[in-house]
Amino acid sequence: MYVYDDFDWAFLEQRVSEFRDQVRRRLSGELTEDEFKLLRLLNGVYLQLHAYMLRIGIPYGTLSSAQMRALAHVARHYDRGYGHFTTRQNIQFHWIKLEQLPDAMAYLGKARLHGIQTSGNSIRNVTTDQWAGVAPDEIEDPRVWAEVVRQHTTLHPEFSFLPRKFKIAITAAQHDRAAIKIHDIGLRLHRNGAGETGFEVLVGGGLGRTPFIAKSIRPFLSKRDILSYVEAILRVYNQFARRDNLYKSRIKILVHDLGAEAFAREVEAEWQYIKDGPLALDPAVIAEIAARFRYPDYARLDDDPPELASLRKADRRFDKWVTNAVANHKVPGYTIVTLSLKPEGGPPGDATSDQMDAIADLADRYSFGEIRVGHEQNLVLPHVAQRDLAGLWRALDAIGVATPNLGLVSDIIACPGLDYCSLANARSIPIAQELTRRFRDLNLAHDLGRLHINISGCINACGHHHVGHIGILGVEKNGEEFYQITLGGRADERAELGKLLGPAVPYAKVADVVEEVVAAYLELRERPNETFVETIKRLGVEPFKERVYATH
Amino acid sequence: MPLIKNGSVIVDRYVHVLDDAPLPEGVPVIVPAARFLADVAEILQCETPVGVIWPNNRRVAELAPYLDRLALVALVFPSFKDGRAYSQARLLRERYDYHGELRATGQILRDQFLFLVRAGFDVLDVAKPGDIDAFASVLKRYTVFYQTAGEGHTAATRLRLAGKAPLSRVGEIA
Repeated sequence: MYVYDDFDWAFLEQRVSEFRDQVRRRLSGELTEDEFKLLRLLNGVYLQLHAYMLRIGIPYGTLSSAQMRALAHVARHYDRGYGHFTTRQNIQFHWIKLEQLPDAMAYLGKARLHGIQTSGNSIRNVTTDQWAGVAPDEIEDPRVWAEVVRQHTTLHPEFSFLPRKFKIAITAAQHDRAAIKIHDIGLRLHRNGAGETGFEVLVGGGLGRTPFIAKSIRPFLSKRDILSYVEAILRVYNQFARRDNLYKSRIKILVHDLGAEAFAREVEAEWQYIKDGPLALDPAVIAEIAARFRYPDYARLDDDPPELASLRKADRRFDKWVTNAVANHKVPGYTIVTLSLKPEGGPPGDATSDQMDAIADLADRYSFGEIRVGHEQNLVLPHVAQRDLAGLWRALDAIGVATPNLGLVSDIIACPGLDYCSLANARSIPIAQELTRRFRDLNLAHDLGRLHINISGCINACGHHHVGHIGILGVEKNGEEFYQITLGGRADERAELGKLLGPAVPYAKVADVVEEVVAAYLELRERPNETFVETIKRLGVEPFKERVYATH
Repeated sequence: MPLIKNGSVIVDRYVHVLDDAPLPEGVPVIVPAARFLADVAEILQCETPVGVIWPNNRRVAELAPYLDRLALVALVFPSFKDGRAYSQARLLRERYDYHGELRATGQILRDQFLFLVRAGFDVLDVAKPGDIDAFASVLKRYTVFYQTAGEGHTAATRLRLAGKAPLSRVGEIA
C-alpha cells in the first residue's frame, strides 16, 4: 500500500472545497454550463444521458480495504448500489445528483480517493500493472514511478488545459499487463547493457477514431530524468498539437504528422534545457516516495502445500478456478488471485456495494487488506497464501466473483455504451451480456483458450475494440445500431490493431457472428494450443470472413 | 476589462496600437506581434514602455532577442480551454529570464488564476467582473503543491524530506 499523509489530506480537502464552490456558482448561474463543464471535468464529473457520472481514479489500481468500503458506501448512499470498474483502473458512479456530488467527494476524500484529472483535457490517472509489486516477472515495482509521475502531474500549472486528454502507463515486467503501447506515453522499465535500470519511452499510442500503436522515441532514459523528459514531451505537445479539431488533438496525431523522429528531436531539444534543472530526481526523492509503499509482513511459507493439492483433487470446480484465477507470486507460499467481474449475464466490470464490502472483508482476512483493479475490469487480491485458497474461493464463489473465465471468451471488456453514455452510437453492455450467455459453457471457453473480446459503443473506443482479439465497435446507420467486427488485435508487448472482418452487422446478428468466428477458429487452428490470435496471425481474416458472410 | 496585479485592480496605462495605426508619442504602447516584428527597430526606439501581444501559436523564442527592451508581454487565451500560453509564460520566465510584466488576456476564469500565477503571469486581464473580488481567496485556496514549476513553490516530496509534512500514523490511514 501507498501511505498518504497530512499533505495529501490537506490538498484533497482544499480541492473538495473548491469544487463545492464551483457547484454553488453553477447552481446560482454565475458559471455557464460551458464554463462549469471545463471545471467539473477536471474533477471527474461527466454529464451523461440520464445523470451526472463521477469517475474516481484509483492510482496504479491499488486500493485498501477501507477505500473499497468507501466506494461501497458512495455506491449505496449516492448511487444505485453499484459501481463500474473501467479499463483505466478507475471506478464510475453513473447516477449521482449534482447537488450531492460535493458530499460524495468529501466522503471519498476522507479515504484519500478523488476524481481529480479523471476526465477533461488533462493528464489522467497514471496506470500500471495490476500485479505490480508482486509479479515474479517484474524488475521492480512500477507503482513507485506511477506515483512520482502522479504527484508531478496533479494540478500542474502548465499542463491542466492540454489539447486533449493525456494517458500515461508504466510497466516493469516482461509481459505488458498495462497496455503501454496504446497510451499517449508508455514507459517500460528495463535494464540496459550496463545493468542500470531505466525507461524505454514510447509515445503516440492510442485508439479512438485514428488508432496508433505507440512508437519508441528513446530506448533508455535514466530514472533521474523521468520527470524532465515527461515534462519535455508534454511541453512540445501542449504547444504544437492541433486544437482546431477534437479528433486530431491527441499526441498520436502530432507524432504521426511530424514523424516519430522529428517529434523525438523536438522533445530532446526541449529536454536539453530542463534536464539538469529542478526536475532532475535525486535519489533521496525517489527513496522518499518508494518508502511510502508498504509491503505486507509475509509469513514464511512453502510453495504448494500438500492440503491444496488434495483439495484440488477433491473438488473439480475449485481446481478449475485455481487453474484459471490464481497466478504465481514473488514470495514463496503466496499467490495472486483475480476476481472475475464478468459473471454470466452481468455487465462487465460492475460490482455491487455488498460485493465491494464483502471483497474488502476478504482482503482484510486473506490479502493484508489490499485490493487491485486491473484494466481488464477485474479485481485482484494480491497477497493470498496458498493454504488459504480454498477458504477464499468458497467466499468468492458465494458472492459471484469466482467465475473461472479470466482471459477467456466471456471475460469481456466493454464500455458503458448507449445505456449510459451520451457519446455512444450503440449499446455495448447488452451485447456483452448476450455473449456471456452464449459462451456460458466453461468447458468450451477453456477449450477456446485465451480469447479477448472488446466492445466499444462508439469510435472513441473506451472498450479498446481495436486491440481485442475480437473487437466489436458499435456504429449508427440510418438510426439503427450496427457493429463492425475486427479480428487479431492485441494490447500487450506485441500490440497490434485488429483487422476488419467485413461489413458491419446489425445488433441482433452480433452474437451469431462471434459464434461463427469462434467455430471457424476451432476448425482452423493447427493444434489445440494455437491461440486465437496466433491462428489469425497465420491465416489472416479471409477464411473467417468467407465463413461468416457465407452464412449471413 | 479590469486588470489585476498583485490582488489590486490597476489602470491599463498602455495604448493599444493597431496594425497600421501610427505610434502615439509619450505614452506606453502595446502592439500586435506582426506589427512589432515588422517595425521592431522603430518601435524599440520609443522612450516610453513598449509591450507586445504575442499569439499562442508562435514560438516565444522569436521574442527572445528583444525581451530586455520590452516592458510588457501579453499572452492570449482565445478560449479558457486553450492552454498554450501557460507553456509560453513558463518559457519566457524560466528559459528567457524575462522579468517584465506578463499579462494574461482573453478567456480566463477565477478557477485558473492560480495556474496562471504559478506559470509566471503577474497581471491578469479578468474576463468576468465577478472574478475580481475572488482573486485573493482563490489564490489562497491551496496551501500545498505537488510539483515545482519554477515559481518558487516547493514540491511535496521536498517538503516531506524537510520534515514539514509528517507521515500520518499508519493506523489512521484509510
